[in-house]
Parts: sequence; structure tokens; C-alpha cells
Amino acid sequence: MNIIIDYGLGNLDSISRAFKMVGVETKISNNIDEINNANSIILPGVGAFRDAINSLKNMELIPVIKEHVDKGKFLIGICLGMQLLYEKSYENGEYEGLGFIKGNVKKLDIDLKVPHMGWNNIKFNKNDEILKYINEDDYVYFVHSYYVNSSNEELVAYTDYGTTIPSIVRKNNIYGIQFHPEKSSEVGANILKAYGEMIK
Amino acid sequence: MLTRRIIPCLDVRSGRVVKGKKFENIVDVDSPEILGKYYSDCGADELVFYDITASNEERKTSLEFVSKVAKNINIPFCVGGGVSSIDDFTDILRRGADKVSINSSAVKNPDLIKEASLKFGAQCVVLSMDVKKNEKNSWNVYIKGGREKTDLDAVNWAIKGVELGAGEIVVNSIDEDGMKNGYDIELLKRITSVVNVPVIASGGAGNMKDFYDAVEYANVDGILAASVFHFGEIKIKDLKKYLKDKRIEIRI
Repeated sequence: MNIIIDYGLGNLDSISRAFKMVGVETKISNNIDEINNANSIILPGVGAFRDAINSLKNMELIPVIKEHVDKGKFLIGICLGMQLLYEKSYENGEYEGLGFIKGNVKKLDIDLKVPHMGWNNIKFNKNDEILKYINEDDYVYFVHSYYVNSSNEELVAYTDYGTTIPSIVRKNNIYGIQFHPEKSSEVGANILKAYGEMIK
Repeated sequence: MLTRRIIPCLDVRSGRVVKGKKFENIVDVDSPEILGKYYSDCGADELVFYDITASNEERKTSLEFVSKVAKNINIPFCVGGGVSSIDDFTDILRRGADKVSINSSAVKNPDLIKEASLKFGAQCVVLSMDVKKNEKNSWNVYIKGGREKTDLDAVNWAIKGVELGAGEIVVNSIDEDGMKNGYDIELLKRITSVVNVPVIASGGAGNMKDFYDAVEYANVDGILAASVFHFGEIKIKDLKKYLKDKRIEIRI
């Protein structure tokens, strides 16, 4: 089962529906046993980093997510869910993240409008299965004011917006996606479809 | 490159999409979820739904259509009309909308912009304003669906709205609404030059060049229209190709 982790933030139905449209069943849950048995977990997120990490802590979900990752099972973090995968965030303070991927989350310090909001194209940094059904320069939908700052090692795809924004990263079986595939029309659906095939 | 957005606007009254001229002479168009899906499939970048009678009758947005739309589309959409509290924001966002737009209630209670922005993030909070030019060559903000004039100056209100936390400004020209004479370039230009959030032009689109002009001469981030799309006078695919050929960054 693919579990969309419900930790009290954001609308999870749109992610669940987007997966369903490409034939991937998901379940929205915060039940520890269910997460333990999941073959893949999806970590969504909108809002502030601090609220998100505190909420995961308070619901005692961090150990179970770590265990899942240690077993080599798939995890995909979307938007703020991606940022949570990193060591530290500087969003209105300094907060520790899940630390699965080395690097920090910092504010977009650019001359362009922030948040980076709207449709922007993605460039490929390397081949990866998740890109199987999409093309370089396809447009996806972004809404964010912070971005991850890490080594190029995990970088699968990136987007230029005043700086280089990692838009898809991968470390082993952990994926992070900065944009919203569930709101990115056909292109987003094709990314979720490729992920769905990996976790079968 | 970040694209300019093409945004069909769907005015909803009693659960149906309708369209009028200068905010009057309303005719029925279709159901919100069917038209929403149609536009999403045609390549619209985003959708906006307004419950157009909400403020006037002082009732809440009839929210049923929001959930139906969310089930039908996979592009972002914004909902407005009759939103007057944080609870209204919560309701609409829970039903699957990505943004909420406030208009009359923001004029009456500017702190709502601030509260909503702190709670949900600036990207969720869209300040929509209905404006009309006066004799002094400036623009007044109107409330209650364009029925009531206020003393607020449109440009100052846009600046104030952004200071309070609005993440996007939609400028609806009452003079141009449904008239198909082009957007109010002069006003839009003044607003885009003073605020640092996306500005969406609304009211007046008649042909494809009007969309081009709003981007080229007023530097707007998004262009919103209703009747030209609803009645099939402009096809979104044709419009996008036209703009792309004119070297405007657009998602095809």
C-alpha cells in the first residue's frame, strides 16, 4: 500500500486523486501500523517548515518514517515534504529536518518575484526512471518561497528562476519534488505514473 | 522561464456559471465542474471561480461546486465571493482550492488579508479589486460586486494589500468588463510598476491582441477572461500559440 501521510497540514485529496488518475491507489493515514506496512510513503506538505516538523514530531511519525527509509522502501516528498527531507531549514528561524539528504533549505534571495509561483520548465541533470514519461523543458506548477541547497549528487532535474532550483532530487529510494505534480496537468500525472511503476 | 498565465474566469451564481456585461445582463453558461474540466483540458493555466452575488446578498460562497471542481481538474484554481473570515478560507482550501480571493471583505476588514496570509501563506491570498476610473484620471475601488463606490484609490489599495500580505492582485475593470475593448493598460501598468507580487489583468478582452498588449505594455503575470472563452470566440490553444509566436513565455 502507498500511504499519504496525514499530519494535519494541507489538502491531501488532490494528491490522492492525482495518483488514482494514473492507476495508483493510495491511502491517507497517520496510523503507525499502516505506515509500517506501506511499500511506499508520500510525504506532502504546505505551510511553514516549523509547523510541519513539529506536527510530525508530536504525532510520533518521525521514527516510523526513518525506519521505512532504512528498510530501503520508497518515499516521495512533495513541495514542503521535499524540504523536510533535508538536514536543516532557515525558514523563520533554524529548524532541524529529517536529515535523509545532506543540505539546507533557505529563502529564495533573488531579484524576481517571491514566491516562485506559476508554471516553469524543468531541465534534466541526469537520467532517472521518474523522467520516463516526460520531456526536458516540460512545464510544471510551482508555489514556494524556499528551496533546497545541496550538492549536485542527488539532482535529477532543476529549474531556473533567478537561481538554480532543484526541482526533482533522488537519493536511493527517496525522491523529493519541489513543484506540485498533482497540479501540473498531464506532465505531473506522467511523473506520478513513472513513480507508480517503480513501487509496484 | 516562468510563463504568463492564461486564466479563464467563471462567475458562479446558484451553482451555475454565468456571464454578464458591466456586471449586469447575466446569462447562463454551464456547470462549474464541466466548464472547469473543459478549460483544464484545453490548456488553461489556472482557473478562477467567483460567486458573483455572494457579497451583495451577504451569504457565504455556496461551496458545493468547489469540491466538484477539485475532483475534476489537475491545475490550480482560485475561489472567491463572499469570503469574509478565516473560517471561509479554511473551508474553501479544505475543499481543494489552491487560492482564495477576497474583495469587499478586505476593504471592510484589511486585517483579514494579514491574518489569512500568516495562517495559510501569501500564495493562498489573492486580493481582487473592482475598479472604475473617475474624472480625476485615477481609479476608485468598488465593493459589493461593483455596486458601491469607496474612497479607496486602486493603486494605493494594491500597495496596501501587498504590505498586509496579499500574494497576488487581480484587477477587474468595471468600465471594461464584457466590453471587449481591451484591458485597462494604463491602470495595470501603474500597479505592476509598484507591487512585487503577480498582477492579473481582468475585464475587457475582445481579441488575442488584447492579451498580448496586457503582457507587453502592462507587464502583467496573468490574463483573465470570461466571455471570449465561454462563447468560443477565442480558443485557448489558438491564443497560446499566438502569444508564443510573439515570443511571450507560455505553456503549450
